[in-house]
Amino acid sequence: MSRLRLYQLAVVAAFVALLEVLCLSGVIDKVTMPPPHIIVRDFAKLLWAGEYFGEIGKSLANVLAAFALAFVIGTVTGVILHGYKTARDILDPLFATYYAIPVFAFYPLFIVMFGLGDGPQLLIGFLLGVVAVIVTMLNGLDRVPLVLKKTARINRLGPLQTALRVTLPFCAPYLLTAAKLALAYAFIGVIGSEFIMARSGMGYEIGYAYTNFDNATMYPLILLILLLSIVVNGLLSRWENLLLSRRGLK
Amino acid sequence: MSAAQVTLRGVTKVFPAGAGGQAVHALGPVDLDIKKGEFFAVVGPSGCGKSTLLELIAGLTAQSEGGIEFEGRAIKQDIPDGVGVVFQEDACFPWLNVRENIEFGLRQKNINAAEKARRVAAVIEMMGLPDFARTYPAQLSGGMRQRVCIARTIVPEPRLILLDEPFGALDQQTRLLMGDEMLRLWRETGATIFLITHALDEAAMLADRIAVMSARPGKVIDLVETKWPRERDSRIVEHENFGALTSRLWKSLRAESMKTMGRMGGTA
Repeated sequence: MSRLRLYQLAVVAAFVALLEVLCLSGVIDKVTMPPPHIIVRDFAKLLWAGEYFGEIGKSLANVLAAFALAFVIGTVTGVILHGYKTARDILDPLFATYYAIPVFAFYPLFIVMFGLGDGPQLLIGFLLGVVAVIVTMLNGLDRVPLVLKKTARINRLGPLQTALRVTLPFCAPYLLTAAKLALAYAFIGVIGSEFIMARSGMGYEIGYAYTNFDNATMYPLILLILLLSIVVNGLLSRWENLLLSRRGLK
Repeated sequence: MSAAQVTLRGVTKVFPAGAGGQAVHALGPVDLDIKKGEFFAVVGPSGCGKSTLLELIAGLTAQSEGGIEFEGRAIKQDIPDGVGVVFQEDACFPWLNVRENIEFGLRQKNINAAEKARRVAAVIEMMGLPDFARTYPAQLSGGMRQRVCIARTIVPEPRLILLDEPFGALDQQTRLLMGDEMLRLWRETGATIFLITHALDEAAMLADRIAVMSARPGKVIDLVETKWPRERDSRIVEHENFGALTSRLWKSLRAESMKTMGRMGGTA
């Protein structure tokens, strides 16, 4: 294990220990938050009971769908916009200010349009992630060295082969960054929407438990989301590190 | 050496005016015959259109006027079969290892897997890269990466190899050694080599004939024959005629370089 990884673990352990001390000493009220060891115990119980597996599966399926839509549509849009400078120039101000738009404010509108089902949550997860993917993709495509494109031409590659064999492989680290962003936004969008107004899903269960002071359910579910995000992000980061180290960038 | 493999007749290149700018007459008219199997070099002041000339022959850009033929077939912005290019910039694909980079040169070739493997192995051996076949470019020196690019260029067995200042980013010792390797490859492959360089000694050491170009718009103002034997290497710099040859090149080039410096605002 690298020294950096040890420091990272030490910071997390120190933070958890601090929370434990604050909870046990009563600085943080028991009703507000149980000590971390109780959260871990409740987490194990929750998993063992399997009561929320359906909700967990539904939320994760929606997160995955929102992520996939944002990633695929964002990548394709990025590639297309890269080839049309005027369209890109027109949309640039939108991209620059996009994240100032409170997408959640449109949630009631989406419910009116698509009903209380999964549609609005998927749409919010997608809308939060797609622009991050487009901007990251454009950034990667801008950096493809001209000499690599010339090499592709000299080797008589057509536009599609050039994209598949040269441009996209060059952009792979950027694609992974885009994937990480899209995934994070998909989690925020889907779970956040479920929390605000839904009839099922992890976000809904967290909201329900929150309203009923059910800490034994709420914190383990939050911990589960946290762990899932860390695991998926960790896997993508590992892949990204491998790509970057091969290129001498890490 | 025999008849012309590449012919250029009245070739000019004018870059159209950009927003608010003026059209740039970069090159020509240029008339040139490059013989099959010769090592031909082009020297000229910065910005005289040397690289444009190479890109025209490679089919990477189209001439504004005139005609270019490779083995009797006209070239106009289409990549001719049998031509390979080595660029000055690092053109290794960073996500592919050395073997995969070299194999890339054969992707479009309609040859079977066994023949591909044989050719790649032979080129890896020829370029002294067997110990680095699975190494990624980031782990190689600049000279080694350029060898990978040269290997990728020669693996499809091109009949014409275009070199655009391929050793420009390398130190002097590596340049001399790479020059030796190019001479060896030239003899072993039998290909015609067209070298663009700004280094007069490099051109004098490597080439059979050297074209000296004027300041922009670049035209051929002198054509120098070195008369070196085919079996030669970097020790040719010790030859009694070497100094006279580089002096002649500089004599042709000095006034043109001064014009370029004047255009750049320098004091000549």
